[in-house]
Amino acid sequence: MRKDIQKIGNPKNLRDLRERLKRERDGDKVRIRICMTGCRAHGAEEVMNALKQEVTKRQLGVEIVPTGCHGFCAQAPVLVVDPYGIFYGGVSPEDVPEIVTETVQQGKPVERLLYTDPASGKTVARAADVPFYKNQRKIVLRNCGEIDPTDILQYIERDGYAALAKALGDMDPEGVIEEIGTAGLRGRGGAGFPTARKWSFTRAATGAPKYMICNADEGDPGAFMDRAVLEGDPHTAIEGMIIAAYAIGASEGYVYVRAEYPIAVQHLKRALQDAEQLGLLGENILGSGFRFHVKIKKGSGAFVCGEETALIASIEGKRGMPRPRPPFPAHSGVWGKPTSINNVETLSNIPPIILNGGEWYSSVGTEKSKGTKVFALAGKVNNTGLVEVPMGITLKEVVFDVGGGIPDQREFKAVQTGGPSGGCLPEDLLDLPVDYESLAKVGAIMGSGGMIVADDRTCMVDVARFFMEFIQDESCGKCVPCRIGTKRMLEILDDICEGRGTLEDLKILKELAESIKDTALCGLGQTAPNPVLTTLKYFKDEYLAHIEDKRCPGKVCKALIQYRILPETCTGCGACLKACPTQAISGEKKQVHVIDQAKCIKCGMCYSTCRFDAIEVK
Amino acid sequence: MNSLKAASDISFLLERYESQEGQAALMGLLQDIQEELGYLPVEALEEVSKHLRVPLSHIHGVISFYSQFSLTPRGKNVIKMCMGTACHIRGGKMVLDEIRSYLNLDGSDTTEDGLFSLEVVRCLGTCFLAPVMMIGDKYYGKLTAAKVRKILKSYQD
Repeated sequence: MRKDIQKIGNPKNLRDLRERLKRERDGDKVRIRICMTGCRAHGAEEVMNALKQEVTKRQLGVEIVPTGCHGFCAQAPVLVVDPYGIFYGGVSPEDVPEIVTETVQQGKPVERLLYTDPASGKTVARAADVPFYKNQRKIVLRNCGEIDPTDILQYIERDGYAALAKALGDMDPEGVIEEIGTAGLRGRGGAGFPTARKWSFTRAATGAPKYMICNADEGDPGAFMDRAVLEGDPHTAIEGMIIAAYAIGASEGYVYVRAEYPIAVQHLKRALQDAEQLGLLGENILGSGFRFHVKIKKGSGAFVCGEETALIASIEGKRGMPRPRPPFPAHSGVWGKPTSINNVETLSNIPPIILNGGEWYSSVGTEKSKGTKVFALAGKVNNTGLVEVPMGITLKEVVFDVGGGIPDQREFKAVQTGGPSGGCLPEDLLDLPVDYESLAKVGAIMGSGGMIVADDRTCMVDVARFFMEFIQDESCGKCVPCRIGTKRMLEILDDICEGRGTLEDLKILKELAESIKDTALCGLGQTAPNPVLTTLKYFKDEYLAHIEDKRCPGKVCKALIQYRILPETCTGCGACLKACPTQAISGEKKQVHVIDQAKCIKCGMCYSTCRFDAIEVK
Repeated sequence: MNSLKAASDISFLLERYESQEGQAALMGLLQDIQEELGYLPVEALEEVSKHLRVPLSHIHGVISFYSQFSLTPRGKNVIKMCMGTACHIRGGKMVLDEIRSYLNLDGSDTTEDGLFSLEVVRCLGTCFLAPVMMIGDKYYGKLTAAKVRKILKSYQD
């Protein structure tokens, strides 16, 4: 923390500080924003170090800002050079001198590092013009990729904590709840319960202290929105949390975060410390007399702990098992006290709503689903990454306009939303608007925001089996439908994938699915059959192909496929022969090789080793 | 590490938590111990039980519930193979099978020489690298069966 920054005693001090920070910013100075979170896995740290060295060597007054996720993970590592707004992807340390010479010193783009729009074949220089960004609307992610998440002053400069000052200074708790009600904000953790209603229940409940919990136990495989917010802009979630605490009258809070997210935990810790040091958290916040303390609780790898009552058990140090509701956490939560649990993305929406008003927020989205939704786009899609789109946008726009379509000229098959609780939707539903009601109507759910795209080389039965296996792994075992029912479902799916399935199995599968939906104890069990039900509904032909023709159309299920070497393409290089772990491949050097099907274990080694595409999967 | 010695070494971790916090402090303390020692030796758990006044049976209940905790020592290199949805549909299972077969991990999750431990995790949140694994804190992405064998080999040399 800068030494000249004092504790902020009241809303006016905060305003003065913000104005001072804005004045101090030199808009013409070159500023390089480089993703130092997700992109680290792709060598961003080396690029940043090279940049630092190069600008020091040339004695340039350049600000290098390590930021959170820019969203365009497929182009990692990414950076943007301001004030020009020039976007570079796939940068390596070797590119750095050229970037400094051309862009930093002359403001010109380095053509070969620019993003090429596959649709037009032309390069795009400015981040704002890249189709991936152009079709987004950023409210939650407004600061991600823009600021250094470990510097609270950069957050304050961009109107950070102004909403808190407004809430504490000009609004009473009921007024805050009303504003959120006007906004029409619904829970972003998956179920979509109206946030204002949850808060008013907790506000009305008797008992003290009350607890405000931020649910950052992002367990859906393929979802990383909450991680990106906590890593890239932790203060927005914290500010939302303090406002929420004020609204419900809570004095204690927890952030329950996955231990698998070390950078998120680190940034969160730092953010809490800095906020407390500046008087934005703790006792007498901004001189209002309101007090709120937050502790971090790390999860230990149990998916079910994302469920409210299981999360509460886990905070209390117990096995994270859900319990029947009512009583709802609003009345009896942590240690039996009134508790509100809100998801990271929900809370991150709060500061902009308070600042700009509920009316403003509700102008984005559809009639019943307001605002934006952040999705983690992954799977067989070109622009893998993090996107924020207005509610009501169609699936097609997300997958093709923002997502850039399917790689390797393959065909779209399905899009999966909502993770293990969601559904797989086929091509003829691509025009479906993304909102809570529309998705529920077709058997999927909005979920927390994982969106996985599948192409024609994906087996939908295998996808259903994958999710059922996940549920079996993560079922806490407390209720019979989930513990035993999903086990039986998994066995049937195993049989089908291995070519032992019968038509009778499909009936039993459906019956089991429907009774688990009706009888399981918690949300995990009640929604677990969704992937099976939706694939049965929209991709029944694939089930039938497995059962009747013993054929896997996606060429995935090992028991139903064969690897074969194409004699016309094989060069006899011997690479596959050496790679094969079971010596199933034979052939003389420079002669066509063959696979002995009796010995082949279908591990795919030959397929991934061959450089000539001479191995066919049948 | 000698586990008896390890257990006596955890007093500085115990001090971070007040006795009266009881079970509420349990998970944090277990996480700290595992981070320090790499696993949870039973001698250390006895100390935890005494300190927080929580029965060993309850502690065991918590440990067995959460996948992150381990009662056995981990290998020198911990492999975290992602089995999230994106990794699955991009062929993660084949990579996982290859790791298991190459390291002869049949039923156990740590190699006999103690060089590797394999953990299957649900989503590392780096779906753009799918299929992906971590060894220690290093990421290896866009894996194939052939690529993963080479990577493992480089750790054996």
